Amino acid sequence: MTGEQFAIDVTGLTKIYGGRAVVDGISLQVPRGRIYGFVGANGSGKTTTIRMLCGLLKPDRGGGSCLGHDLLSEADFIKRRVGYMTQKFSYWEDLSIRENLAFVADIFGLDRVRERVAAALERLGLAARAEQLVGTLSGGWKQRLALAAAILHEPDLLLLDEPTSGVDPKSRLEFWDEIHRLAAAGMTVLVSTHYMDETARCHDIIFMSEGKIITRGTAAEVVAQAGLTTWAVTGGDLVALMGKLKPLAGVDTVAPFGDNLHVSGTDKKALDTAIAPYKSDAAHRWHEAAPTMEDVFIHYMTAAKGGG
Amino acid sequence: MAGTLRRMRAIMVKEFTQLRRDRTTFSMIIMIPVVQLLIFGYALNTDPKHMPTALLVRDHSVFSRSIVSALEESDYFSITGSVRSSDQGELLLRQGAVQFVVTVPEHFGRDLVRGQRPELLIEADATDPVAIGSALGAVDGAVDSALGRDLTGPLANLRQNPSPVDVRVHRLYNPEGFTRYNIVPGLIAIILTMTGIMMTALAMTRERERGTMETLLAMPVHPIEVMAGKILPYVAVGYVQSFFIIFVAEFLFDVPVLGSLWLLSAALVSFIACNLALGFTLSASAQNQTQVIQMSLMVTLPAIMLSGFLFPFRGMPEWAQVVGSAMPTTYFIRIARGILLKGNGLVEIWPDLWPLIAFMCLITFVSMTRYRRTLD
Repeated sequence: MTGEQFAIDVTGLTKIYGGRAVVDGISLQVPRGRIYGFVGANGSGKTTTIRMLCGLLKPDRGGGSCLGHDLLSEADFIKRRVGYMTQKFSYWEDLSIRENLAFVADIFGLDRVRERVAAALERLGLAARAEQLVGTLSGGWKQRLALAAAILHEPDLLLLDEPTSGVDPKSRLEFWDEIHRLAAAGMTVLVSTHYMDETARCHDIIFMSEGKIITRGTAAEVVAQAGLTTWAVTGGDLVALMGKLKPLAGVDTVAPFGDNLHVSGTDKKALDTAIAPYKSDAAHRWHEAAPTMEDVFIHYMTAAKGGG
Repeated sequence: MAGTLRRMRAIMVKEFTQLRRDRTTFSMIIMIPVVQLLIFGYALNTDPKHMPTALLVRDHSVFSRSIVSALEESDYFSITGSVRSSDQGELLLRQGAVQFVVTVPEHFGRDLVRGQRPELLIEADATDPVAIGSALGAVDGAVDSALGRDLTGPLANLRQNPSPVDVRVHRLYNPEGFTRYNIVPGLIAIILTMTGIMMTALAMTRERERGTMETLLAMPVHPIEVMAGKILPYVAVGYVQSFFIIFVAEFLFDVPVLGSLWLLSAALVSFIACNLALGFTLSASAQNQTQVIQMSLMVTLPAIMLSGFLFPFRGMPEWAQVVGSAMPTTYFIRIARGILLKGNGLVEIWPDLWPLIAFMCLITFVSMTRYRRTLD
């Protein structure tokens, strides 16, 4: 493992369930010390990919290395150096926070268990609740425990599967601060998310749909690569307008954002032609807006559905 | 009113739909009546016939031969061999290899002809008083009819009362014929089977049901470590249960504890391990805790019925004995009864101990292969 530059380096990773490729030939190179965001709809293969990376699932095709160790033959070694936070909270609810952390420390064979557990409790602000049974904690606290447990053995690679789902905005913010502190200290982080605002907090984004990687790059690059033109409409009966715009050629997606209606398309000319008759309607005010990650997400999801 | 009926119907339809999709409950609905019917209808028999009997014949007169054949004709006794000494006969009784040892003493024929009422000794393994009741009841009739044929002519005057042969019956190991002597040691096996299988099965499926299995699998822990860590606490629980039963048995029910409790403890290891590994194996194919309880019920039910716990093992038809012989409980019941009631040592329990050890190795091996290291 001398100086390998990628924390994750896999090619053609494929997982088939019931004849359907849930993950379909994914190739991925994640450099060390970066935060990679995994974005995609439900069922796009994010969780399955993460599970293959940490040795919980065996790929049907493809392979590669994680932290310089072979995914297929050295799963045991990878498990020692990877921290994994499951999508569904999966620590022991009939144990206290401290007992859970001590258990994990023992499984990883760590030294100075009491010290490490105490430090982890302090770091994530869990100290006051250390003796509380985990089953009685609310979502935000469970998430902190899960993170504390996942990083207790100071892994080189942290795999987080939708860590912030069901967590309030303040906890999410604190969570991301912690992730950035960890990455700054050299940890590589791969995090899947539903929240488009969180993509801005990742160094790079991988966009998945139907088991394939559609696009990748920084948040700005991903938005730019989508090549969307977006118009924001306010005022008037937007619900009725949405119904009228949707079937038009050139209009790829129409989505309400608060009191705005975002109308997007990849072909600027066709889009402008399509919306021209409605722009003259005085009831609505139109202005061109910078497409957001949300627009891009909806665009890709709509495209995936349309393309079958 | 119509609304009530419609809502009730909706719930019924939903219930049937769910039932149809819940394969374990569905198979339980089918299996339990079938298994119970087969067992109660065919396998249970409190009047066992053809019980293995060893002969110790020291007299080779025509009379001993005809008594032996009369015993066989009674259908209760099946001569499986002869022994040369009473020690040898006792070993067979202790091992449970035979139910009876029939001893025809020296000069039996001569003494009979002289009208000296020679003894015919029948030693019975009375740990299960139910099993031997009818057989012993048939002895006198068989002896009389045998002699009736032989004592003719000048010997006819010997056919009188009291019978020309003094039939002595020794009910060994349980002379008073207490059923509880037989039941309580068996209960150790049954309780360990029921709780042992269920405890580990639940412990494993709980991890899967609650999702903690994923955390466990993602951590660097070997299957053997998981299994040992999961099983050993319940071995301790099994010991506590066993010694509680033995304690109660001795002080509340006056059940004799003749053999070595150390030896019993040693045998307990493999029996408890069998059950726990079996529970571990079951848990590998169950999705949730309800399912695994249903599955362990389907395993423990035949174990209770066909192990010789409630009904004499030798009374069951051959197929049921084959099924019973495929279950560790059957062997441990014999070991427990042997050590507690007969004071058996290692030599006597060995015929039942080695299958138990073999089961332990086999089930442990199977459970290891069934353990999935991934979520596949």
